[in-house]
Amino acid sequence: MRLVLERRAETPWTLNLLSPLLAVGLTLASAVLVFLAMGQDPWQALWVYFLMPLSDSWGLQEVAVKATPLVLIAVGLALCYRSNNCNIGAEGQFLLGAIAGGGLAVAMHGADAGRWLLPAMLGVGALAGAAWAMVPALLKTRFGVNEILTSLMLVYVAQLLLDWLVRGPWRDPDGFNMPHTVVFGAEATVPLLLEGGRLNLGTPIMLAVVVLGAVLLGRTLKGFEITLVGEAPRAARFAGFDEKRLTWTVFAITGALAGLAGVLEAAGTVRQLQPDLSPGYGFTAIIVAFLGRLNPLGCLVAGVFLAITFIGGENAQIMLQMPLDVTRVFQGLLLFYVLACDTLLLYRPRLLRRSGA
Amino acid sequence: MLLLEAILLTVIVASTPLLLAAIGELVVERSGVLNLGVEGMMIMGAAVGIVAAITTGSSALGVAAAVAAGMAMAAIFGALTLGLAANQVAAGLALSIFGIGLSGVVGAGSVGVPREGIGQIALPLLSDIPFIGHVLFRQDPFVYASFALVAGVSWFLWRTRAGLVLRACGENPASAHALGYLVLRIRFLAVLFGGACAGLAGAYLSLVMTPFWSSGMTAGRGWIALAIVVFASWLPWRAALGAYLFGGVTILQLHAQGAGVPLPTQLLAALPYLITILVLVLIMALRRGGGGGPQSLGTPFVPDR
Repeated sequence: MRLVLERRAETPWTLNLLSPLLAVGLTLASAVLVFLAMGQDPWQALWVYFLMPLSDSWGLQEVAVKATPLVLIAVGLALCYRSNNCNIGAEGQFLLGAIAGGGLAVAMHGADAGRWLLPAMLGVGALAGAAWAMVPALLKTRFGVNEILTSLMLVYVAQLLLDWLVRGPWRDPDGFNMPHTVVFGAEATVPLLLEGGRLNLGTPIMLAVVVLGAVLLGRTLKGFEITLVGEAPRAARFAGFDEKRLTWTVFAITGALAGLAGVLEAAGTVRQLQPDLSPGYGFTAIIVAFLGRLNPLGCLVAGVFLAITFIGGENAQIMLQMPLDVTRVFQGLLLFYVLACDTLLLYRPRLLRRSGA
Repeated sequence: MLLLEAILLTVIVASTPLLLAAIGELVVERSGVLNLGVEGMMIMGAAVGIVAAITTGSSALGVAAAVAAGMAMAAIFGALTLGLAANQVAAGLALSIFGIGLSGVVGAGSVGVPREGIGQIALPLLSDIPFIGHVLFRQDPFVYASFALVAGVSWFLWRTRAGLVLRACGENPASAHALGYLVLRIRFLAVLFGGACAGLAGAYLSLVMTPFWSSGMTAGRGWIALAIVVFASWLPWRAALGAYLFGGVTILQLHAQGAGVPLPTQLLAALPYLITILVLVLIMALRRGGGGGPQSLGTPFVPDR
């Protein structure tokens, strides 16, 4: 027996919907095996991991809070990946946004800043994220340097920059030498939406970005250009689309959205800068983008699912003493399955009996 | 002289894991496959290597287990990208995320458990040469292995028929297929070799360099190994040069910190990453677009029957 792939003439639309669902199903099935291997009761562990986060208002708010940065970043990444630009450094762009926006909050701390402070922080954060993303974009278009490696190297640089700032110049003077900045003042924090939780204005902003992203991709010339450059670069060149300009555009958008996510996280959820500001949102968002089939609305659904695994992982650590890394294992497995199931879209797999040839 | 000797010895220690991982990835990319999961395979090698060494009490078994772990990870990647023609960039990323997570789970019980490192092997006579002998011929087996691998890969790729076929798969898989070579099988073997090398590099980290396990201990070395392959223009001896250059920068940075250079430690720690970017830019500027990697690097190949 051997597996043979035959190219499909066209993809039935049902498969487009089924393939991510199949991937999620396979991940859950693997999760059961992992739980069994770790000596846990699989049904209880599944409940703690995937359902408990949805069982009360606090959990639901946390899901929204965690999904916000994931979806914001993933919508940008979807544009990038669609146009064949492999930005994998969103984590760094996220941190730069948090550093720039948070820096403004630290600088204005104690001063009578007024209502413009928060909008200014969001703007500065988005700009800083975009600027950080433009480095690999420019190096790619000017010198042909592989953007995968440069964008990733800049993640490490951003992490070290944040580490230096919160341990050095920006450290809270009354913080007992702990590595974090002052807690942001009221004007520098994103307003909460509900009492007794952390749901804040960031989530509606994220939803607006999803709608904007869907309109951009589905209804505008720019969106068509992005898809065309990715799927048929030759045709795009004949159509007169400028590939370099497009690379800059998508990198700038992705960086700005990641930066925005960074400020929202710093000013809305954490309310100060600290070295472990991000539990790897920038990397998890890559999975979100692929699971969402590089479609903004899909990213929203996928982001919610991955947010659940984050919270489920924390619950499982507390209730079942499972290491936090198990979440990463599931996330990696999920991306494996997503990619494997995507093969179904392009090819029809067939098992052939081994014959003479 | 003694200080210089000490510095050179630490440079070798810092460079060896980079070289081991880079030489494996070089072969993978020569066959036309871009495996971005080096970091994941390497860290699994580190975790499985130390856990196996602690449980069996044998360093040799630890190394063997690390190599096997690297190959198992590579096999997952191969099954996805070759068997199912999946996107290589995304599959490599998934491999890295998966490996970092799984290594944390595997190593959870062995965090910080100290262990005797693997001893050095002094080559008779040669190691008695003052200075040179000390630096070059009184090393742990991994260092010798890394140079043996560079020489072996160089010979294999340019002096053997199998090496020619492997390179053909990376340049033009359709032609290689038309000549009757099993492109996917050859690429799969190359991917496995890359996994074995990355696993070996991981074993070096957890069994020799810092003889204990700590979560996330590869710290981006797998990614730097990928950059070294580009730096090396896919040539084995240049990969050795690149690995030692990067190893040297890392050590210089550590010595600068130790000597109390009035710069933030974080800036010094960021140097290897910044220099990686700088070197990539210089390489591409000098090359002016021409003469890059293998022609079909990163493109899936699905044979027509």
